[in-house]
Amino acid sequence: MSVSAVPVLSARDLTIGYTRKHGTPVVVAERLSLRLAAGELVCLVGPNGAGKSTLLRTLAAMQPALAGTVRLGDDDIVALDPRERARRMSVVLTERVEAGHLTAYALVALGRHPYTDWTGRLGEHDEAVVRWAIETVGAKPLAARLVEELSDGERQKIMIARALAQEPLVMLLDEPTAFLDVPNRVEIMRVLRALTRLTGRAILLSTHDLDLALRTADRLWLLPRGGPLFCGAPEDLVLSGALAATFQAEGLAFDPSTGSFTLTRLRTEYVALAGEGLAALWTRRALEREGYQVVENGTPSLYQVTVLPGDPPRWRIDRGEHSQEHESIAALIAALRQPHPRETV
Amino acid sequence: MAEITLRPIPQTPAAEVARSAEWPRLGIRWLALLGLLGTLIGVFVLSLTLGSVDIPLGDVLKILAGEEPARKTWTTIVLKFRLPKAITATLAGSALAVAGLQMQTLFRNPLADPFVLGINSGASLGVALVVLSVGVAGVSATSMLAGLGLLGNFGLVTAASLGAGAVLTLMLLVARRVHSSTTLLILGLMVGYGAAALVSLLLYFSITERIQAYINWTFGSFGGVTWSQLHVFAPVILVALMLGLALVKPLNALLLGETYAQTMGVNVRWVRLAVILSAAVLAGAVTAFCGPIGFVGVAVPHLARHLFRSSDHRLLLPACALLGALLALVADIIAQMPGTQTVLPLNAVTALLGAPVVAWVILRRGSARPAYSG
Repeated sequence: MSVSAVPVLSARDLTIGYTRKHGTPVVVAERLSLRLAAGELVCLVGPNGAGKSTLLRTLAAMQPALAGTVRLGDDDIVALDPRERARRMSVVLTERVEAGHLTAYALVALGRHPYTDWTGRLGEHDEAVVRWAIETVGAKPLAARLVEELSDGERQKIMIARALAQEPLVMLLDEPTAFLDVPNRVEIMRVLRALTRLTGRAILLSTHDLDLALRTADRLWLLPRGGPLFCGAPEDLVLSGALAATFQAEGLAFDPSTGSFTLTRLRTEYVALAGEGLAALWTRRALEREGYQVVENGTPSLYQVTVLPGDPPRWRIDRGEHSQEHESIAALIAALRQPHPRETV
Repeated sequence: MAEITLRPIPQTPAAEVARSAEWPRLGIRWLALLGLLGTLIGVFVLSLTLGSVDIPLGDVLKILAGEEPARKTWTTIVLKFRLPKAITATLAGSALAVAGLQMQTLFRNPLADPFVLGINSGASLGVALVVLSVGVAGVSATSMLAGLGLLGNFGLVTAASLGAGAVLTLMLLVARRVHSSTTLLILGLMVGYGAAALVSLLLYFSITERIQAYINWTFGSFGGVTWSQLHVFAPVILVALMLGLALVKPLNALLLGETYAQTMGVNVRWVRLAVILSAAVLAGAVTAFCGPIGFVGVAVPHLARHLFRSSDHRLLLPACALLGALLALVADIIAQMPGTQTVLPLNAVTALLGAPVVAWVILRRGSARPAYSG
């Protein structure tokens, strides 16, 4: 499916924030320009407090922009009739739904709200859409169950199906993976990505899970504190340094070579690492966790750690003329923690 | 709108939709509702036969058909007293249950009842002002009693309606300005406490006879409503029930909370005002004509949800109306203590009879899941 370049949701020089009781505006972020195209999955990431939720709420017309206009298709989103807006945009929020005696099916059916008459009765087409939405997110076995009995991951799928049943052009999701464990996070992202490919709908979601966002999103929207917004393919934003800059102030260092964050280093000692494959990768992470600067083999350093291939692998530490071997990473780390372990050999 | 290529949603062939055995059904259970309606009609007729004098069913049916019963006085008893009382009980029970359902959903609170917005406190204050303040002003009790006789029950009804109406107007004004429903709920409670405090003051400075008259009013009764009053009461209740019926769809959307409802195209502010108006008119009218009748409004919605295992207001609203009417009629029959001259306070009976029933249903059907739909 080709990704259309026509924006379904766009804004130029948007200022977001809120207005205090006595009319003083508080700007959260400004100079935000954005375009969301049909069929793409965009992840909105940024440090805490940068205004991700405020931006989402503004894009969903749940709160007014302080300046600038959000356009849904060609129309100003604030001026749009609420019913028409609900036909073009649906939202999944972080708040937990306490649905009482509602079945998953009935909850998804509520998504037909903008299409049904005043009685809320579902026509044949409505029922077909509800079923299609449930099947598309892979939740058919859950249909007859009460929402209360579903796990967090199952519930999130049902909420996504409900949003899908609104047949929107754009779906906005606020932290859809926030309360989920890792397999469920990956599964939800897989479902969302499949949705954009399958239906040509645009999905914008905010997330803290940068790693997953980097792997899944067609594009990232990076929101540093105060703005402006950086938009681009995840890889481009990594290479340009925008990603590292956005999270700089957080006490985290983004490592472009691994695509993940490392804690700001505690030590300045260097360790040279030699070895290949998974074992070397995880050894590197363990050393970084300990606070060492891991450098390429051959660089002058305090220690040299070599991963010896084998099943299971072994680890050798060299310091000057001293050398010892270890059975596990735990033993390796323990040895490194000993003050001058080599002298005692 | 610009050209956007969307994959169309597959149009499921009608035959496949019809083969819906594997999908849950959402339809309204008309059969269950019809069963309830049948029971209600049965109990309604039964209530006409029972009272201080037992009138055989055949004679009651004759009277209703306009024929002569075995004894002439029976015609008067049924047409002048029991029929308006039964109609009042039916309407009041429906009204309170529906108003309770609306409040529980709107405020997402299982303990909400029709009076959370302080409506009945307003009505109580109105009545207390009429009944009690006379003692404060020093007017002799006898002249007051005579005055009450002239005004009749309509005096109390007017006073209660004015009180309820004042609180309703206040709450509607507040609701237009306040965004949060929780804030609204708390403000309603405060108005209620304020009015109750004023009533306490009036009671404190009043004389025994007046206090007794006021307390009698707080017991609640369906028996005081005459045919001429029904000409006002019935249309008010029916119109407010119609308004409630027109609001079932937004109420369903509100099950997911106000924010979700908003994103589904519901004009939450407008709906909230309309729901409050409907519930307050229902509760206010019942309180004005029958006194403050508790329990029905908070219990029946739970009963309906558990019996029908549903949160769908298209089903729950009619179910609450029928169950509420049923409970009110049965409570009234018991309060009359058939075959005796004694009449028990209605409020005591509804709670004594209803609390165990509701507790049983909820415990038997229940689970840890919240009993309300919010």
